[in-house]
Amino acid sequence: MTGTTTVAPTHCPYCALQCGMGIATTAGGPPSIEARRFPVNDGALCVKGWTSADLLRSPARLTTPLVRGRTGLRPASWDAALDLIAAELTRLRAEHGPDGVAVFGGGGLTNEVCYLLGKYARVALGTSQIDYNGRFCMSSAAAAANRAYGMDRGLPFPVADLRAADTIVLAGANPAETMPPFMRHLAPCADSGGLIVIDPRATPTAERAALHLRPAPGTDLALALGILHCVVEDGHLDQDYLAERTTGFADAWRAAAAWWPERVERVTGVAVADQRAVAGRLAGARNAYILTGRGAEQHAKGTDTVSAWINLALALGLPGRAGSGHGCLTGQGNGQGGREHGQKADQLPGYRSIRDPAAREHVARVWGVDPGTLPGPGRSAYELLDALGTADGPRALLVFGSNVAVSAPRSTRVRDRLAALDLLVVADIVRSETAALADVVLPVTQWAEEGGTMTNLEGRVLLRRRAVAPPPGVRSDLAVLHGLATRLGQPAERFPTDPETVFAELREAARGGVADYHGVTYDRLRAGEQLHWPVPNTDHPGTPRPFLDRFAHPDGRARFVPVTHRPPAEPTDADYPLTATTGRVLAHYQSGAQTRNIDALVAAEPEMFVEVHPDTARRHGLDEGDPAVVVSRRGRVRATVRHTPTARVDTVFLPFHFPGDHRANLVTNPALDPVSRMPEFKVCAVRLEAAPADGPPDEGRAA
Amino acid sequence: MSPRAVVIVGAGMAGMRLADEIRRRDPDGERVQVTVLGAEPGPAYNRVLLPGVLAGTMSAASVTLYPQGWAEDHHIDLREGVEARAIDTAARTVGTACGAKIPFDALVLATGAEPRIPPTEGLSGEDGTPARGVVAFRTLADCLRISADARPGVPITVIGGGLLGLEAARSLAVRGCAVTVVHPVGHLMERQLDTEAGAVLAKALTRHGVRFRIGRTAARYLPGDGLKLDDGSHVPAELVVVAAGVRARTGLAEAAGLPMAGGVVVDDTLRTAHPAVYAIGDVARHPGATPGLVEPAWEQADVLAGLLTGTDPQARYRGTTVVTRLKARGVDLTAMGETTTDPDDEIDEALRLSDPARGRYAKLVLRDDRVRAAIMLGLPDAAASAAYYYTNDVPVPEDRLAVLLGRALPPAAPAQDPATLADTATVCRCNHVTKAQLTAAWRTGAADAAELSARTRAGTGCGTCVPLLRGIAGWLAGREQEAS
Repeated sequence: MTGTTTVAPTHCPYCALQCGMGIATTAGGPPSIEARRFPVNDGALCVKGWTSADLLRSPARLTTPLVRGRTGLRPASWDAALDLIAAELTRLRAEHGPDGVAVFGGGGLTNEVCYLLGKYARVALGTSQIDYNGRFCMSSAAAAANRAYGMDRGLPFPVADLRAADTIVLAGANPAETMPPFMRHLAPCADSGGLIVIDPRATPTAERAALHLRPAPGTDLALALGILHCVVEDGHLDQDYLAERTTGFADAWRAAAAWWPERVERVTGVAVADQRAVAGRLAGARNAYILTGRGAEQHAKGTDTVSAWINLALALGLPGRAGSGHGCLTGQGNGQGGREHGQKADQLPGYRSIRDPAAREHVARVWGVDPGTLPGPGRSAYELLDALGTADGPRALLVFGSNVAVSAPRSTRVRDRLAALDLLVVADIVRSETAALADVVLPVTQWAEEGGTMTNLEGRVLLRRRAVAPPPGVRSDLAVLHGLATRLGQPAERFPTDPETVFAELREAARGGVADYHGVTYDRLRAGEQLHWPVPNTDHPGTPRPFLDRFAHPDGRARFVPVTHRPPAEPTDADYPLTATTGRVLAHYQSGAQTRNIDALVAAEPEMFVEVHPDTARRHGLDEGDPAVVVSRRGRVRATVRHTPTARVDTVFLPFHFPGDHRANLVTNPALDPVSRMPEFKVCAVRLEAAPADGPPDEGRAA
Repeated sequence: MSPRAVVIVGAGMAGMRLADEIRRRDPDGERVQVTVLGAEPGPAYNRVLLPGVLAGTMSAASVTLYPQGWAEDHHIDLREGVEARAIDTAARTVGTACGAKIPFDALVLATGAEPRIPPTEGLSGEDGTPARGVVAFRTLADCLRISADARPGVPITVIGGGLLGLEAARSLAVRGCAVTVVHPVGHLMERQLDTEAGAVLAKALTRHGVRFRIGRTAARYLPGDGLKLDDGSHVPAELVVVAAGVRARTGLAEAAGLPMAGGVVVDDTLRTAHPAVYAIGDVARHPGATPGLVEPAWEQADVLAGLLTGTDPQARYRGTTVVTRLKARGVDLTAMGETTTDPDDEIDEALRLSDPARGRYAKLVLRDDRVRAAIMLGLPDAAASAAYYYTNDVPVPEDRLAVLLGRALPPAAPAQDPATLADTATVCRCNHVTKAQLTAAWRTGAADAAELSARTRAGTGCGTCVPLLRGIAGWLAGREQEAS
């Protein structure tokens, strides 16, 4: 190796833990990853982090804009591509009104890009039609936290606090695979026998648990109610806490009372003794936490399910007590910040509601526009995708940092809607499955090539500095938005391209909001300050534990929400007798657009598989390694059978990282949560078939 | 069109549930006008939770089904303390104790059941009401009366060793009372259990402080003293709790001439022989429903609400899969299916486990891989999964022993001994590092666990494999030493 090596501090580009790491660059050599001590990961990384630099110089990178011609996508100049987009957007807006064009963002984008994307949609396009893939990730947890606490900060405490816990309940989370270094914070509790995992699958996380409860998919809500029942019956209610810090227990109890443990046992398959054990262990612990993940949240009743877990935590007096609490484990890298700065259909920066006149006025003033010109709330993610190209739906869609062709439920329908558009623009780093369908593809920078802030799962604002030069021909998302906005007649200074300048404006927009970033500055972050929002002013030290004194509702109290169980949107029946559930594996991330381009990760997990109990597989004549098709009312997904003796006999598991006719989302059910608009990714009715040998591709054929 | 007038007689779990289900489908009362007549004063409560009240672990307030003002808020005309006296099926009115005649388009009988007091001498007065010191275990008021006397050490006798009697007995034992159960049949819960299970159950409950007189009948009750049994023996009792079965409250229906079969006979639409009169819950008799349980009543309310509101005219009640679950602290008992008939050896698979010393008993009858019947005592995991397979008609795993025990026997523990661990075994899952890769790293110069980790990244993720990694480093070092 030649030349001097410089190591710049950065953060992993994948999950919401945002592990600290170093990126080493040597003149002439490829960048590589080094360990770095940082509070959330203490120098640890999983294989995704270690290999993350591989994608910086990957041949899969897009380095020139592409425009669809008669023969497919062809290279084009930036000016040609942006001119074309601007002309089409102008035409479609004129023909169909501002809501004729739509924007779709992502939870991996920096705060600055999320912010400017929202501003671009509301100001430059004037459209209400903007939402993002975080809707598929955090929306249920966010909705439940907002109604309980008046504020949605995934973990209202630093992850390191978990090290002092003696009981931790993980409801529907598998961090051993989805954020491995996080397990280090659970280790002291797990080592002393205090970890309780609730998951239908025997995951590597569940292997660490002293108690593993395996409810049937879609019954977590009933389970939480049953445990609450045990808390009440066994005299574990924290009456002083209920009186001083909460409201609404009586109504919540009345709803839960109909779900006594014996009834819950029949619905969930979880023994009463185990429900009682969870209640007892939580109540008997000095420091106890309940953490929820996508397993609880990605349901048509996801919000109520999280509320049921929060109700349980409140009944035990956990939230807002030092050393205890409830939180949700955010998924995407900037899943927290991504839901705060205005790329969500009903939100303005600072976690403000777009329906709130005062919020509109504040943000409009920062943006220098008339509040009356700001659109109202638009469609949620799946509803937006579902409406594309329909009579009253958008005719154009701009996609940033998302691969909806793979990640959205009911993929066949989504692909058809994307195909019905007059204009699909995708800004991405690689030719994702969504980019492959686009009319214009814009090559953009990725994590180490751009500056910006991220907000991790504990509400910690992180500065990610530019560490390597992007490949020639690539522009930042901010530059793309600038180019598009100015072409639509916006003043250049309204859409800055420098992240720090954008952040300065974001600070003003977020000032006084729930997610108040006003006191966060690049200088403070550069100086190494650990800042958890809210940070109302530059002298403020940040708020690692926001609920210790009061919750964020005006009366300072947390609210119980009465919730009751109901079955999954699509129950099993004679034609579709099995339940399919979806999730992640360690080696891949989300739609796999990034990780499927990294050799080491492909080698670790090369192909789509379906986990099936050996008995169930045998009943279908399927051996280990056989090709199979999982069929639902919405589509068929091809996968290799993996015999999994620890699986439930009535449930199959599909990872959602694979493309084409291996997309798990070909079968998933887009039934939406009435509050959060979260689709029911985690449970749908399917049947299992042997795959026809070398049959024609059968993607999307109606089952 | 004016809304249909539905009058529900009975404001208990079934009647109130129906009103609730109707309002879920018709929140503003556009389709159906609901009147509920409740003979007892006071709000409806959840009868399932009464053992908790009796044990003193739940308050009376916590078992209330609906808050004050709920009915009014939901446009339900709830008339507490108003007893229905007669149905005029021709005029379609129901007459109340205070002389009012309430017209109906549809009448729903949800009057439930009342306890049966055995004809033992002295237990009830001439008018049939229980004698002093005798309380039936049925209502919340009963529970509160019993609770008032249930001080530690007080001798209490429970008549009836069925589900309810045992729940009462166990609850009273929680309070420290000296409880004796008198049960006339040869074994406990004879409707749900076979003889052996009944015996193991008695033993288990005995360990929790309940005494039994099984196969004995109470011959005479002496207030303030106790019961004299048919063998001449004496059981002291300051209080006698009667849980000897119930009978449906069918007075109204019988007077109206509706056909009976231990209750009011209904079809799959919950209709009685009269087209405008329906019945649900314990007062109704449907071939697929077991009286005395709340699930059938709630499922019936669900179906009937769809029919009465017209929101689901095709709704039918086909019966309820019953799983009997004893609510008795410390004793885990579940029974389902035809447990008392012998399995057919030709077509059934029958498995049994009996461990009376530890209060465990399991019986599992399978047919075509489906649970046909099961008794699970002292095996909470097996009970939960068997009930789940039974309720959802899911084929059980081939590993029958696992089904019987509730969990698979632990597989041969994966070798964590560095020497015997397979070369291909994954040591670090987070970074996909095998033992062979670690051995190779050692060969190329790594000299301890930290260096193995630095070269292979093993142990740099979740950290779980670090102890094994250290073990492997030690083993490699030892092997090297031997070789030199």
